[in-house]
Amino acid sequence: MFKNIDISKVFKGGKEKELKKVFLFGLLATLTLLPVFGCGKAYKNGEVYVYNWGEYIDPDVIEMFEKDTQIKVIYDEYETNEMMYPKVEAGAVMYDVVCPSDYMIKKMIDNDMLAEINWDNIPNSKNIGAQYYETSKEFDPENKYSVPYCWGTVGILYNKSMVDEPITKWAQLWDPKYKNQILMQNSVRDAFMVALKLNGFSMNTTNIDELQIAKQSLLEQKPLVQAYVVDQVRDKMIGNEAAIGVIYSGEAIYTQRENEDLVYVIPEEGTNVWIDSWVILKNAKNKENAEKFIDYMCKPEIALMNFDFITYSTPNDAARELIEDEDIRNSEIAFPDLTQYDNLETFIYLGEDGDELYNSLWKEVKSE
Amino acid sequence: MKNKFVKWLSLPYAFWSIAFVIIPLLMVFYFGLTDKSGKFTLSNIMSISLPVHFKSLLIALLLSLISTVICLLLSYPLAMILSSMNSSGNSKLMILIFVLPMWMNFLLRTLAWQTLLENEGVINTILRAVHLPALKIINTPYAIVFGMIYNFLPFMVLPIYNVLCKIDKNLLNAARDLGANEVQTFMKVTLPLSVPGIISGITMVFVPALTTFVISDLLGGSKILLIGNVIEQEFTLNSNWNLGSGLSIVLMLFIVISMIITAIFDKDGEGSAL
Repeated sequence: MFKNIDISKVFKGGKEKELKKVFLFGLLATLTLLPVFGCGKAYKNGEVYVYNWGEYIDPDVIEMFEKDTQIKVIYDEYETNEMMYPKVEAGAVMYDVVCPSDYMIKKMIDNDMLAEINWDNIPNSKNIGAQYYETSKEFDPENKYSVPYCWGTVGILYNKSMVDEPITKWAQLWDPKYKNQILMQNSVRDAFMVALKLNGFSMNTTNIDELQIAKQSLLEQKPLVQAYVVDQVRDKMIGNEAAIGVIYSGEAIYTQRENEDLVYVIPEEGTNVWIDSWVILKNAKNKENAEKFIDYMCKPEIALMNFDFITYSTPNDAARELIEDEDIRNSEIAFPDLTQYDNLETFIYLGEDGDELYNSLWKEVKSE
Repeated sequence: MKNKFVKWLSLPYAFWSIAFVIIPLLMVFYFGLTDKSGKFTLSNIMSISLPVHFKSLLIALLLSLISTVICLLLSYPLAMILSSMNSSGNSKLMILIFVLPMWMNFLLRTLAWQTLLENEGVINTILRAVHLPALKIINTPYAIVFGMIYNFLPFMVLPIYNVLCKIDKNLLNAARDLGANEVQTFMKVTLPLSVPGIISGITMVFVPALTTFVISDLLGGSKILLIGNVIEQEFTLNSNWNLGSGLSIVLMLFIVISMIITAIFDKDGEGSAL
């Protein structure tokens, strides 16, 4: 699952965002090398190796953590769960804390890569709402390994000035009148999720007949699709490039701020609810520091800073109480009441065979 | 003495090619010829016959052929103009203008074209402002071919320009003295003598065009899967290095073929003397 947040959020710029992103990437790469050569400050309490999604934390938070705890943070970023996994598995860098998504956490638990969390060391974990621990049980059945960090849904973002009816369901992404106006997600599980839900199946099915039907749907939809994109959905929607896009709820607040015509909806057929959670790796060398880091992230004021920066929904109820803007605190987009839906699902790890099945079908769709 | 010194000088290059060419190549072959458990298999290579892979290979071949031909048609006259201005300051300036974009990152330039070609992009905004019909080529194969031509054109111009500059002007004068008109001179003298440059230009455009995945991703909207995209996705998304390597070996076959053709025509290595 992709949902890296692009660096251009730092600038609230216009079209040249992508360019800025590339430029900043180079800058960041240089900056990350600097501490290696610089003399660096001395930290009394050792270090912690953190591996997180790109642009998935307020940089100030890291500095504050270092100052408050005297623990040095070595921070790396990844773009997708699938890119993160082989690196962590190979152990080239001994990371302590990682922030994978639900189904990837399950895969890591299955492969015995995670350490059990000592909850006594994370008192602030009580700030996380009980319902998120409940949802976490789908991939971490006894709540032993993961602390929720961000969550959200996948839905439709549409431009109300470019359509003549409200978009409410996935089926409208198959309406020929929106030819070349649709942006689909270019990642296998998300794309199949849409097609499976359209046909009323579970997004975690491994039933080949159901998957074939979903594949057929995606093939039928392909001529209508303008492009398969990942994080570009946001910029293209802001720039009126397309009328309808499949997007993560966390991007919705930001895009609406930039373009008032954009509306985010959770489709009637149901959708994916995802959670990204902090986990500690089994071979972590700094487990105690890792727990301190996670605990710090669960502090209400810190969680609020991160929410303001990345705009993805926080499971931290105490932080939500601190949000000053009432519209956002009660926003249906940022904090939808999930009890009103009965067709939401979390992704489940499908095993290697399942992954291969999805990948080969997706390749057939893409190559058509 | 001197010989020994030269030998030592070549050491860094030897190290470079072993570390960054030979070892990675061996790794590609190792992964390509084994399955996930490390047993020998040809199935990764054979999987090119699957319709999905074969089709993406065909499309990649087709698009890169088209862009190579167009590059050649555009480059040859240009190279002739440039070489006829030879030794004047103008031609140096022209060459500089041609090479200048290559100082910028390839990705950036392709991203820039995305912004330019988009439906609500710069070009269409201008076209609409002067009431001309909008250009609708973004996310189509045309945009991919366009991107290939734009990015690889200098690689075609420069080798041809090089060989054209080296043609002895006396040969052209002799041909005219013997009564050949412009067309005959071109067909019988200039063109045959420039073949090495053409051939190496073709390889230098065809090979990167065949293997690209960035251009098709950015300008094709990921709707058209080239063999380069398939390989890239096997590595980054599906973490199936074996299949990715197997397909890379197949692709290498085409590259080797085009290199053999180059070697046959370009015996003196003239065109590649960039």
